[in-house]
Amino acid sequence: MSKKLLLKNDHIEGIHTLPIYRANGGYSVLEKALKTMSPEAILEEVKTSGLRGRGGAGFPTGLKWSFLAKPEGVPRYLVCNADESEPGTLKDRYLMERHPHILIEGMIVSSFALGAKTSYIYIRGEYFYIARILEIAIKEAYEAGFLGKNIQGSGYDLDLYVQVGAGAYICGEETALLESLEGKRGNPRIKPPFPAIAGLYGCPTVVNNVETIAAVVPILEMGGAEYAKIGTEKSTGTKLISASGHINKPGVYEIELGIPVEEFIYSEEYCGGISGGKKLKAVVAGGSSVPILPAELILKTSAGEPRMMSYESLGDGGFLTGTMLGSGGFIVMDEDTSIVKNLYTFARFYHHESCGQCSPCREGTGWMEKILLKILDGRGDMKDIDLLWDIQSKIEGKTICPLGEAAAWPVAAAIRHFRSEFEEYIQYPEKIRDIKHYYRLQETATA
Amino acid sequence: MAKVTIDDITIEVPDGTSILEAARIIGGDIAPPAMCYYSKLKTSGGYCRTCIVKVEQGSAKDPRPMPKPVASCRTTVMDGMVVRNITSPENLEARAGVVEFLLLNHPLDCPICDQAGECDLQDLAYKHGEEETRYQFPRREFEPEDIGPYIKLNMNRCILCYRCVKVADQITDGRCHGVVNRGEVSQISTYIEQAIDNDFSGNMIDVCPVGALTDKTFRFKSRVWYTKPVDAHRDCPKCSGKVRLWYQGEEVLRVTGRKDQWGEIENNEDGSTAWICNDCRFDKKETKDWVIEGPTHVNRRSVISANHYEGLAAIKADTLRMLGSQPHGVKVDLGEGALDPNNE
Ligand SMILES: Cc1cc2nc3c(=O)[nH]c(=O)nc-3n(C[C@H](O)[C@H](O)[C@H](O)COP(=O)(O)O)c2cc1C
Ligand code: SF4
Ligand code: FES
Repeated sequence: MSKKLLLKNDHIEGIHTLPIYRANGGYSVLEKALKTMSPEAILEEVKTSGLRGRGGAGFPTGLKWSFLAKPEGVPRYLVCNADESEPGTLKDRYLMERHPHILIEGMIVSSFALGAKTSYIYIRGEYFYIARILEIAIKEAYEAGFLGKNIQGSGYDLDLYVQVGAGAYICGEETALLESLEGKRGNPRIKPPFPAIAGLYGCPTVVNNVETIAAVVPILEMGGAEYAKIGTEKSTGTKLISASGHINKPGVYEIELGIPVEEFIYSEEYCGGISGGKKLKAVVAGGSSVPILPAELILKTSAGEPRMMSYESLGDGGFLTGTMLGSGGFIVMDEDTSIVKNLYTFARFYHHESCGQCSPCREGTGWMEKILLKILDGRGDMKDIDLLWDIQSKIEGKTICPLGEAAAWPVAAAIRHFRSEFEEYIQYPEKIRDIKHYYRLQETATA
Repeated sequence: MAKVTIDDITIEVPDGTSILEAARIIGGDIAPPAMCYYSKLKTSGGYCRTCIVKVEQGSAKDPRPMPKPVASCRTTVMDGMVVRNITSPENLEARAGVVEFLLLNHPLDCPICDQAGECDLQDLAYKHGEEETRYQFPRREFEPEDIGPYIKLNMNRCILCYRCVKVADQITDGRCHGVVNRGEVSQISTYIEQAIDNDFSGNMIDVCPVGALTDKTFRFKSRVWYTKPVDAHRDCPKCSGKVRLWYQGEEVLRVTGRKDQWGEIENNEDGSTAWICNDCRFDKKETKDWVIEGPTHVNRRSVISANHYEGLAAIKADTLRMLGSQPHGVKVDLGEGALDPNNE
């Protein structure tokens, strides 16, 4: 039986409203934290829990919080990153839409721990209807005395605002988010300084993902040490996985970190196997930017060990044979999927979303997209594969923010693991519009 | 103070100095090329990525290497830091990649560009670039846009260094232009076709590393290398009045600020930057307006001034052809650093 913390009340009708959330134990963590715990004690619990950021990079949350500068007389901010735009990722949406109060409760206790008196939830523009849900929930929380002045008689004041973005993926990058929140063009900042020192309006700021902040609630409820017992040593707790693609049961699942990938894909509890009884071809395990892995490598590591849903196991083998847990956007592709076409879709996305500040990303992403389109159109050249490889290598690591890498990695991984597919697109231009052609070729080869 | 070793040369610099500034103190080719950084403009740099270097050792305290190349203009030195610029082939290759990206959509219209001969991108391409482009697609083109009476914007040539934006923010009394749109189609534009009209706006031309912003009063009058720079000053109520006059024969074709060897405007005695106002730049074009100090000593390491234009022979030929067809003819000046068109 799976362990559920964030979605444990998912089956309860009306859990998005404050009375029902409260009737099911909601806001008890807030009362406990504000009345009986010091900010330092909360930080300790979060550190002990081993919680890692759920926004993509998996940075230890307790450590991030401990970096927050605390100069006298300068406000500090907590900003929740609800920009969720990485293709394949839709977990924050699910959580906020159905459980807005767990996020708000998490925001309040986290703000208290960090000493923030004003906090923000920055949500992507396309989620305008969820912004409404959050605003209604925030209003309920104000009315119940969980927000505003002197919360529950604790002497702690907090105001919480929802800010809606305007439709840019780059505004999910934490410093671009802060720029956008300040009302400026959403360009990532050049670091250092990091937000912990100079973030929103130049003040110390912590930016955390929706799921990270929500996870603080169960951590304080059960205690950091108990939370750390869930999952594996390096991947503690539970994680929301957005499963999409060619599976029988797409959706958002809360898993205990460390379950086998095979179980996640094939068990009835989760994805329920590949749709139409087809064969698994490849998986993008953590949102569109992480390296794609062919079936053999996603189910087993190069050493033949079963691959697990955890930071360390998915990362096993580095990028040569491994990938990343990332944001938990789990995209499954069956045997009929064209990797080249899929890569083109990703490349088009990153080209479209580049902010244009730095030259490798601004120029390189468009170039890669054009070459991929050329290959898809049957106008490719064998040299184009090496050129693509070279371009991605010249973007990676040379940009201001990781969007450059997010654009480069999928290209590198697709070529690394599926080079022959690119070659066939180039070799048989007259047939590439016939989608089944490639598979017939493979069948003949195996026969 | 911090001791830093760049390409095996160790120097000591004040804390807070950037790697690029430290390398400039050493000088020569060890100073990384900078297309967007401008020491006189706050928060400049970090965008173009041409100044990237490899940090082999982070500091004496934490000797780990930095995992990625860093922008030397925005990375401060640490005591005991070890940096490689031109002594790392890997770094030079990465830089060549950046140069290729910068040139990818560049129109390469040097023959008809007023900036040719004093263009940082031309110099960069010559020094760090490859001979041929691998880009096989049509280049991006922008609609021409009128941004005001004095300054011509050619967006196709722009590399989005953000320097002009910072000039408008930091030395004029109000910015009415900026970067609009996103990604590859980002462009410099005035807000809703306003005209840039401000006493100090002309400095945007001086900081532009390419030919995206050029002086409308100079356009197509001559080529940089046929004009002779002379330093001059006047008593100006608005600015330092310290300028460079660009002569062709007896005629002043253009007035600019005085640039140093890094292509940046020089300082006044008091350490402030000698930006010039639009009166000096656009309205004072007679010798009698000025007290002449003498010919400029060109110490900029440009393609033209170093007189090694061979690698770009095609552009040279084109340029000469274009110039030959100019109605008012071209007077060849063989002053310091000038290119001799008869000397093929
Ligand atoms: C291009 C780009 C887009 C990003 N988008 C998101 C996003 O939509 N949501 C998110 O939580 N983090 C996103 N991140 C990661 C954030 O920069 C940041 O690391 C994260 O919000 C930190 O939260 P965490 O420590 O809780 O994971 C993005 C990063 C990049 C480079
Ligand atoms: S990597 Fe791309 S998105 Fe990030 S700052 Fe550079 S241009 Fe903008
Ligand atoms: S000069 Fe350093 S990034 Fe442009």
